[in-house]
Amino acid sequence: MEKTINITLRIWRQRGPKEKGAFKEYALSNISVDSSFLEMLDILNEQLINKGEEPVVFDHDCREGICGMCSLYINGHPHGPDEDITTCQLHMRKFNDGDVITVEPWRSAGFPVIRDLMVDRGAFDKIIQAGGYISVNTGGVPDANAIPIPKANADEAMDAASCIGCGACVAACKNGSAMLFVSAKVSQFALLPQGRVEAARRAKAMLAKMDELGFGNCTNTGACEAECPKNVSISNIARLNREFIKAKLKD
Amino acid sequence: MADKKDITPETKEVQAQKSVDEAARPAMKKIDSKIPEGPLAEKWTNYKSHQKLVNPANKRRLDIIVVGTGLAGGSAAATLGELGFNVLNFCIQDSPRRAHSIAAQGGINAAKNYQNDGDSVYRLFYDTIKGGDYRAREANVYRLAEVSNSIIDQCVAQGVPFAREYGGLLDNRSFGGAQVSRTFYAKGQTGQQLLLGAYSALSRQVKKGTVKLFPRHEMLDLVIIDGRARGIIARNLVTGKIERYAAHAVVIATGGYGNTFFLSTNAMGSNGSAAFQCYKKGAYFANPAFAQIHPTCIPVHGEFQSKLTLMSESLRNDGRIWVPKKKEDAEAIRAGKLRPTDIKEEDRDYYLERRYPAFGNLVPRDVASRAAKERCDAGYGVGSTGLAVYLDFSSAIERLGEDVVRARYGNLFQMYEKIVDENPYKTPMMIYPAIHYTMGGIWVDYELSTSIPGLFAIGEANFSDHGANRLGASALMQGLADGYFVLPYTIQNYLSDQITVPRFSTDLPEFVQAEKDVNARIAKLMAIKGNRSVDSIHKELGLIMWEFVGMGRTKEGLEIALEKIKAVKKEFWSNVRIPGEADTLNVELEKALRLADFIEIGYLMALDALNRNESCGGHFREEFQTPDGEALRQDDKYMYVSCWEYQGEDKDPVMYKEPLDYEYIKVQQRNYKQ
Amino acid sequence: MWLLNSSIGKKVVMSITGLFLILFLTFHMSMNVVAIFSGEAYNMICEFLGANWYALVGTLVIAGGAVLHILYAFWLTYINRRARGNDRYKVVDKPQGVEWASQNMLVLGIIIALGLLLHLYDFWFKMQFNEITGILPDVNPHDGYGLIAEKFANPAIAVAYLVWFVAIWFHLTHGFWSALQTLGWNNKIWLSRWKCISCIYMTVICLGFAAVAIYFGFIA
Repeated sequence: MEKTINITLRIWRQRGPKEKGAFKEYALSNISVDSSFLEMLDILNEQLINKGEEPVVFDHDCREGICGMCSLYINGHPHGPDEDITTCQLHMRKFNDGDVITVEPWRSAGFPVIRDLMVDRGAFDKIIQAGGYISVNTGGVPDANAIPIPKANADEAMDAASCIGCGACVAACKNGSAMLFVSAKVSQFALLPQGRVEAARRAKAMLAKMDELGFGNCTNTGACEAECPKNVSISNIARLNREFIKAKLKD
Repeated sequence: MADKKDITPETKEVQAQKSVDEAARPAMKKIDSKIPEGPLAEKWTNYKSHQKLVNPANKRRLDIIVVGTGLAGGSAAATLGELGFNVLNFCIQDSPRRAHSIAAQGGINAAKNYQNDGDSVYRLFYDTIKGGDYRAREANVYRLAEVSNSIIDQCVAQGVPFAREYGGLLDNRSFGGAQVSRTFYAKGQTGQQLLLGAYSALSRQVKKGTVKLFPRHEMLDLVIIDGRARGIIARNLVTGKIERYAAHAVVIATGGYGNTFFLSTNAMGSNGSAAFQCYKKGAYFANPAFAQIHPTCIPVHGEFQSKLTLMSESLRNDGRIWVPKKKEDAEAIRAGKLRPTDIKEEDRDYYLERRYPAFGNLVPRDVASRAAKERCDAGYGVGSTGLAVYLDFSSAIERLGEDVVRARYGNLFQMYEKIVDENPYKTPMMIYPAIHYTMGGIWVDYELSTSIPGLFAIGEANFSDHGANRLGASALMQGLADGYFVLPYTIQNYLSDQITVPRFSTDLPEFVQAEKDVNARIAKLMAIKGNRSVDSIHKELGLIMWEFVGMGRTKEGLEIALEKIKAVKKEFWSNVRIPGEADTLNVELEKALRLADFIEIGYLMALDALNRNESCGGHFREEFQTPDGEALRQDDKYMYVSCWEYQGEDKDPVMYKEPLDYEYIKVQQRNYKQ
Repeated sequence: MWLLNSSIGKKVVMSITGLFLILFLTFHMSMNVVAIFSGEAYNMICEFLGANWYALVGTLVIAGGAVLHILYAFWLTYINRRARGNDRYKVVDKPQGVEWASQNMLVLGIIIALGLLLHLYDFWFKMQFNEITGILPDVNPHDGYGLIAEKFANPAIAVAYLVWFVAIWFHLTHGFWSALQTLGWNNKIWLSRWKCISCIYMTVICLGFAAVAIYFGFIA
């Protein structure tokens, strides 16, 4: 027996970055609890199209929680009320019949709204371009097993590298800070011998870019970590701080 | 013509024109794959030693458009940028890091032989050809196996955190179709880590100014000037503006067309439109019927479903696949009266281990998928729909402990639990095959050049090195091989005589015309103002594809499919509804443009499947099977690549054959039993 | 200068001044507790920390640290609010595991600062400041014990101080580990350890202060 629920959606609609937005309410009935949140929005959009209205615009792509494209702030939580998942993996069984569900875009000065629930996260690319890489060209590199790396370091680097760049950390942070994102990348490379070479330069360049783009300061509330769909730890922020301070003291 | 003579030295222009004219004459059409001379193991070295190169000062003056930022596109754009070319890189996502390569879970193959289990370049080559059911080019596949090792070195140098042993060296796992452990992995997120590696290399080039990024841009047409690919028309997805971009060469790295089926493991945005536009401009489309159906996906559970989620093939390392031995048990399970854990060990049919003792649960994907379908068709399927089999970890958990299993597959188990709401540590997972990857694609020669000079195709977008079936963990390998180590060489062989060609103006009549065509197409779609949403028509197409062009194909079925797809096309072009305006962000318009091409691709797939009167790899024609249900090839008639050439709107394309010669491998019936 | 123009630099200033103030509070509390046991001993300390040059220098340094801490707090908050953007969330739900204090540091800080003004007037003004300027000739600047006894004889004042200590406790439990985190002295293992240490340490400090208020307000 398929269980269904009736819900009311309160969705932020905004034509463009400069235009004023507002909430609009939509009632949806007979939504299967087995459908995902985005599939529920698909159903809403199908109904809107059939009525000749413009569908709600939201970012999404892989729908399996890895591309980092989906980005909704649902009932006060980035990626919704379930833990350790992205919006596309949120299922309607997390909601009850009669619920009013408020859906907002990421709200941060660093992520301007493009339309409705879609925001521009280009700032993240710019931060990575500032130094989120190891400067090696293709070819001419040593054998993969030439430098042994302690498993613990490799695993911790992997945990940091699992960041999907969705921006939930910024959305959750009351300071609009991108520190968790920046620190995850800095950490990943700082933990690996290949990345140590440029560790100081990288930390300084990426942080300077983050500041320049108007993200806020970290006050260690830990909201980013709590809402991160990939459980990236704020211990990475400590490592970024350490790398940055060390680099500056050496200058 | 006079205006173009001004920009190109006459002799070159005339020469180029001549060769293009020759290629365009149908009577002369002979497919030349440009395989270099020499013994198999030396071909690539020979090629590199003798190919033409472009000197550093000239590289700066050459523009290259790369469409797509996945493993192939991202790595190619980065490497071309490192070499000094001026690269324009496009993607439809908001960031290059989101290309669907990111979703690859299990791993990447390489012939490192770190495990000392007998692996070698030759063995990887052999496994790939055999896995592809002898429908891939020997020379290409050998080159792929050859550069596989460099990929791992490159990725480690970029800081990709591959899994390691306690001694600090790299760890490996096993994948289907191989008897060695050659798959490198980063948890269940290998594709993500490799893509982020390529993305970081790309970002470095963006900083250096050699690569310019165009996110949220979709290629809608290819611009051809004097027979050569010279640019693209793209739609800015945020502003809706149609924009023109010129370059000396164009590289297509836009992935596969699996979303023709609507439900697939591809991302929602994955599409075949860029490749299809190239086909419409004259590039051959090769082996369109070869689509891979992945055996381990979470089964379909409702009409509202928008995509299928893959459960990594790596799960088959430790998971055992079974259905009940007794039909009445299967029926009871479907009715909800029995739980899988109620079925006693002796009443379970581990059908892969039974049928293929040598490879067991690690048979190639096509074999595993068909075996699942066979059991479900025979009435042993489980789940409420009867279209599912069990993937059971109880014996692995017993043998290794839950913690080890959690460390290996924790993220996959979590994903499964979130979707299905069942704990896979306690109850076996339910899985069923789903469309995953397309081996077919734009035809390319050894140099990865398409049949249009100046147009290259890499990664899943080309018809690739996987023959009729791709082995697990080989897509990542091929994408990165093409992008890091093959195209950056071969494209120079083409560009070496382009150094005197100045940058093109986008005001040339060819650009104006191409933009006009795109605008006309969009206007036509917007003007339909019908009654059906794009998705509803796409779902209809998907059902036809799955039923008739899916896992089991027949002549009759394919003929029905062709008719039905024509009807869908008619319905689409007369009854689709696209709200909003074209000159601004319009998601429905994006989807409609893609669906228009999916319909054509679906038709082409059915046509190719109908033509290929044999079963091989992922292409299974029910008329052609061995007595025990294995794929039966017709090597004497179909040992070729089918290359389809577009002939115009509503005309069936013409097919040319590129024969496949196996000099170094003995062609056999695939056998995973012994 | 990175302490002025980088986000981590600004936070480093907050952390170092914060830790310094915690250190000061630790001494202050140790000194206060003496009053419970011996008024004489307490007054001896008061005299020792009177208008001597080292005490004055110390006072100036502490004042400087506090002022810097407060100025940076407002500056950072201004930047953070701007970074949040113009539109606010309609529905906000505190994520699990986030300390309430961590999201209300400025408010807590303001409460502490207001309390501090009162406290300075009650004691410092009548002691060290009085000693230098002689502004209150009737008050003996070295009789700290007498001042305490007199002040806390009013239970309302004692209660007000207790409330103040609670605010300080909240502010410091987050502030202490947060400062170490900002300085980079943290990792996965120490994250929870520092939080625990933070909690214990600040409880000790605040209980020490509170003991004095309770003793003189309700017991003595």
